[in-house]
Amino acid sequence: MHSWFDSWALTLVVFIPAIGAVITMLLPREEEEAIKWTALLTTLATLGFTIATIAKFDFGKTSTLQFSVTKNWIDVINSHYHVAVDGISLPMLALSSFITVLCVIYSWNHFPEPHNPKAFLALLLILEVGMNGTFVAQDLILFFIFFEIVLLPMFFMIGVWGGPNREYASIKFFLFTLFGSALMLLSFLALYFKVDVPGVGHTFDMVLLSKAAGSGVVHGTQLLIFGGLFIGFAIKVPMFPFHTWLPDAHTEAPTVGSVLLAAILLKLGTYGFIRIALPILPEAAKSWAPWIGLLSVIGIIYGALGCLAQKDMKRLIAFSSVAHMGFVMLGISTLTTFGINAAIFGMVAHGLITGMLFFIAGSVQHNYGTRELSRLGGLLKQAPKMGWILGFCAMASLGLPGLAGFWGEFPAVLSTFNPGGNLSQPLFRTYMVVAAIGTVLAAGYLLWMLQKVAFGVPKPEFAGAHIHDVNSFEWTAWVPILLLIVALGVFPNLIFRVTDDAVACQTAAPFVSKTTTPVSPTLKCPASPLPAQTTAKVSGG
Amino acid sequence: MFFLDQAWLVPLIPALSFVVILLFGKRMPRHGSEVGVVSVGASFVLACGAVVRWIMRVQDAKGGSALGALGRSIGRLGADNAEAPVLPVLHHVTWFQNGGVRLTAGIQIDGLAVVMMFVVTLVSLLVHVYSLEYMRGDSRFTYFYAMLSLFTASMLLLVVADNTLELLVGWELVGMCSFVLIGHWWEEKPNSDAALKAFLTTRTGDIGLLTGVIMTFFIVQRATGVGSFNIVALNSAVTNPNAKVGHTLILWCAAALMLAIVGKSGQFPLHTWLPDAMAGPTPVSALIHAATMVVAGVYLGARVYPVFYKGFSIADGGVNPMAAIGGITVIIGALLAFVQDDIKKVLAYSTISQLGYMVMALGVGAWTAAVFHLFTHAFFKADLFLGAGSVSHSGSHHSFDMKTDMGGLKKYMPQTYKTFVIGSLALAGIFPLAGFWSKDEILVNAGHNDYKLFLVIGLVGAFMTAAYMTRVVYLTFHGEYRGAHEPHAIPHVDEAEHDPIDTAASVEHDAEVHSPHESNRLLTGPLWVLSFFAVFAGFLNFPHFDKFEKWFQPRFPAGFAEILHPVAFNPILATVSVLVAGSGIGIAWAYYQGKLPQGLSERNALAHAGKRFLVNKYYLDFLYERVIVAGIKGPIAAGVYWFNQNVIDNVLNYTGRGAQALGRVTYDYVDQKGVDGLVNGLATLTGDSGGEVRKIQTGRLQFYALVLVVAVVVFAGVLWIAT
Repeated sequence: MHSWFDSWALTLVVFIPAIGAVITMLLPREEEEAIKWTALLTTLATLGFTIATIAKFDFGKTSTLQFSVTKNWIDVINSHYHVAVDGISLPMLALSSFITVLCVIYSWNHFPEPHNPKAFLALLLILEVGMNGTFVAQDLILFFIFFEIVLLPMFFMIGVWGGPNREYASIKFFLFTLFGSALMLLSFLALYFKVDVPGVGHTFDMVLLSKAAGSGVVHGTQLLIFGGLFIGFAIKVPMFPFHTWLPDAHTEAPTVGSVLLAAILLKLGTYGFIRIALPILPEAAKSWAPWIGLLSVIGIIYGALGCLAQKDMKRLIAFSSVAHMGFVMLGISTLTTFGINAAIFGMVAHGLITGMLFFIAGSVQHNYGTRELSRLGGLLKQAPKMGWILGFCAMASLGLPGLAGFWGEFPAVLSTFNPGGNLSQPLFRTYMVVAAIGTVLAAGYLLWMLQKVAFGVPKPEFAGAHIHDVNSFEWTAWVPILLLIVALGVFPNLIFRVTDDAVACQTAAPFVSKTTTPVSPTLKCPASPLPAQTTAKVSGG
Repeated sequence: MFFLDQAWLVPLIPALSFVVILLFGKRMPRHGSEVGVVSVGASFVLACGAVVRWIMRVQDAKGGSALGALGRSIGRLGADNAEAPVLPVLHHVTWFQNGGVRLTAGIQIDGLAVVMMFVVTLVSLLVHVYSLEYMRGDSRFTYFYAMLSLFTASMLLLVVADNTLELLVGWELVGMCSFVLIGHWWEEKPNSDAALKAFLTTRTGDIGLLTGVIMTFFIVQRATGVGSFNIVALNSAVTNPNAKVGHTLILWCAAALMLAIVGKSGQFPLHTWLPDAMAGPTPVSALIHAATMVVAGVYLGARVYPVFYKGFSIADGGVNPMAAIGGITVIIGALLAFVQDDIKKVLAYSTISQLGYMVMALGVGAWTAAVFHLFTHAFFKADLFLGAGSVSHSGSHHSFDMKTDMGGLKKYMPQTYKTFVIGSLALAGIFPLAGFWSKDEILVNAGHNDYKLFLVIGLVGAFMTAAYMTRVVYLTFHGEYRGAHEPHAIPHVDEAEHDPIDTAASVEHDAEVHSPHESNRLLTGPLWVLSFFAVFAGFLNFPHFDKFEKWFQPRFPAGFAEILHPVAFNPILATVSVLVAGSGIGIAWAYYQGKLPQGLSERNALAHAGKRFLVNKYYLDFLYERVIVAGIKGPIAAGVYWFNQNVIDNVLNYTGRGAQALGRVTYDYVDQKGVDGLVNGLATLTGDSGGEVRKIQTGRLQFYALVLVVAVVVFAGVLWIAT
């Protein structure tokens, strides 16, 4: 049954950008057009394979890992090259390959100083290898490697093409996340040594570890291992109080760097929770969940208040990520299918909307030479189209129903009413109210920013300035995002349909509580989450 | 039953119109307005069809009519005039699934829905026509029409929604449209401030909507085992005595939704955004901030009424939160209307007060009266707002200040004057105009349902309403004209800006601007249509005719609808209320004629203080804007950010610096003096390799990495020791 496509699709999606990066590096630096086209075609080819994967994906069995490939890799530690997608990873993979194409298009004429498209695009392509790889990896070592590959290109993007304070920001970003990764790796190793999967023994395979669900590991150890995973992922998300690298990194990063950081990199952390931390250590997750929920709602309020104190437009958007990712983590912390679905939706929606806001901030900076809120004003007067798009994105970001942001927020808040895993209802209902208050603050800071930037008349220093409205490269990069924001807002089932079964069977199943009525009445999961696993393993070599 | 089954077309048409106007409006001969007018007109026709079909459905069910085969078959079931239940028309499609639950989007068409569809499409159509003239030459004419279409679509979505989540979608979308339209002239900061205030205040109320809608989902889940937002399911879950839904949950749900109503429908204490919302163009005020959007809260209350009825134990009489908030709002709104000089602000406070009547009616168990008042109020209040717009457009050079720019306009603008007086009398509740019937119905039901206090409040409110409307009519149309006969020194930036295409018309218009004159037919036409309804809409519930009640009575689960049966007309109470209103008019008229003592607030300290209290709007704006908002935006946000930069971030920075220092000490003392010294002492072998080491070790990265290694080692140690 295994066609050529089934066994190669994901590998190609991950490694085509690597090939593109090599070609880019081999081209002479002066051949800018050739370099740009190479990058564009590479990302387009990757997107093409992603779309083909979606087209061939069996949406009737979203909880089953599809396009699964297992090859022996590091035999001595029983680690495999195991890639596959299911309903949880598919939306993330699609988002990642989609946004990267748009970033290349946006960069076309917007290369920040010191220019050098060759290096910039090569890094961008390497970054894509890491991002796509993380979303398809089904082996902890493989996951770790892709997770780390992401770090370096972003470090250089900020450090070389960044703003005035780039050195501090890039080192902070690198070390902070590396610190988390180190603890995460330790936890991976602990899982390898501590979990004994029946019939397999010690393994890094995420699917097998999820099936074992931490059996045989004493609770205290589970808590510690989860702690390591938590720090690793929470720094990436970032959750309060591990978020301080984020505003600096965003503020200093070049526009495309900010977009990718917000749209994809932050999701690696939340994805890690959904894919690794919750299913592999469900018992520990139950103990940690109230604390994760607490940090999430603190993040929602704290991030919003941080936004209100900002003087720089980009930094404001950066802080808003802390608040938005708080909603995502709140959904995850409820341990319900409903909430985790919302979290995945929230991840995609935040990727699109905040990515878009960073694009606009970049263009505003490009036009005005400043992002200071007190100096901006009257964008709607000078560049009406950009002003309206900013307004649209602000509305989307504050969770207006009918646009994508709402479907990440509302179901997440809803799921807190009846959390899974026998979590305390009064506690989570308190979180519900706090999160609901957070939506008002979100409206506050976004509309305040909109008022400062778009409304009014231009300040005298820019009154005579010629401001370019949205140009054709910007349109090409932005229109797909804007359309998706509307499409997902009107038809939320585009994502929920894909994630629902997968989340119910792979992540939330251990938490269905017996005392309270679950949100989900029926659960139709395949008996073995991975029927193809055993057969595919033999073919390794 | 095309009109009922296909009612989803009613919101869809304006939604498509929005897209068309946005994309192609600017290139059209009339800049997109033609698309707006035609599409809303089409929706209006469909809405009228729905009203007619619904009435036929109700009549058929009574077996007294021969209309429709389907109707007859239903009629047969309930033979001998025993009323068969008239069920709402329900249709839905899958919207999304989550947690294995299939959630739907759909329509619920019943009496309440068709009444609202009729009101929304009619007022919207008239406002579309009115704006052709009123907004002519505006620099964002096309956007204005696009947003009007989107607003109409969103409002209609809210109306036809068959579940609370869909209702929430419409609710938020109308809020967004309101934001955009209030801030239509966003060049000036007060306008964008007003827009932000409106959005954020209603959004505060939406904390309640969000949590309330969530609770509706779980109420249904308690009752049926599967969560749902469906309104029919919700109402039966609440009313069914066998359903295992605890009263506490219903009470919380009612309280949360009440907060939403308070925010959206301008109830005390979140009413303060509504007067500021008058910064928007007048047609917007008439449509959104008088006739439709602000009644969304009342509509929600009527839609899921069993939740409030059970939650707040409305059947018990006496006092309950809903009636109390409504009652307070009736009085505080009316009081503030007395001290406003801006005609639109008077009308805004009047709207607040009238919305208070509706909420109060719901609170005292008078469901039909609340909906009926919503229905009549839409016409006369839209009439008054558009009348004020006509005055400013042609009589007072775009000013709304009654004291400085109006007066004596009666002779210049007879049509506007007549329609305005009709609207005022209807609002004041003078027999036999529309407001009389609906207000009277609220009062009589309040009295009957053992809510005597609110009957008194209603009467006091009626007196004040009559008095402040007399003040408006007098200051605007009677006495001497106080405005300049020349164009206003600084006409409104945008209203004065004319589009080149309309040059011929605008020159003619400018020539007329010099002195007050009657508005043209595009403005007076809608006024007369609304006046017609302001006069006759009330007759629908004429005693013993009672068609409004029969046709549009609530379609709640059996056993509950009967509780809400309204009581009959009471001639004595009706006479009293007309006398009260009449005396309000008489006293106010006498005061402005100079027949009563003047300047009381200047002579009496208590009156002076009272007036100051009113002029400052009970200091609520001060509390919200200066204390709460400024506090959050100022010291609280700044404090949080300070904490972020100086506490959390410094933990990181000092850790880094500490590691650096540790590294330096290690290098200087251990490596150089200790190890190196030892090495040097033993033999001079090292050469310049020490220099190489130094180069590597001075990078900051390495020192940070050291911390990392230390931390990892510590964590690893803890992990292993613990296991």
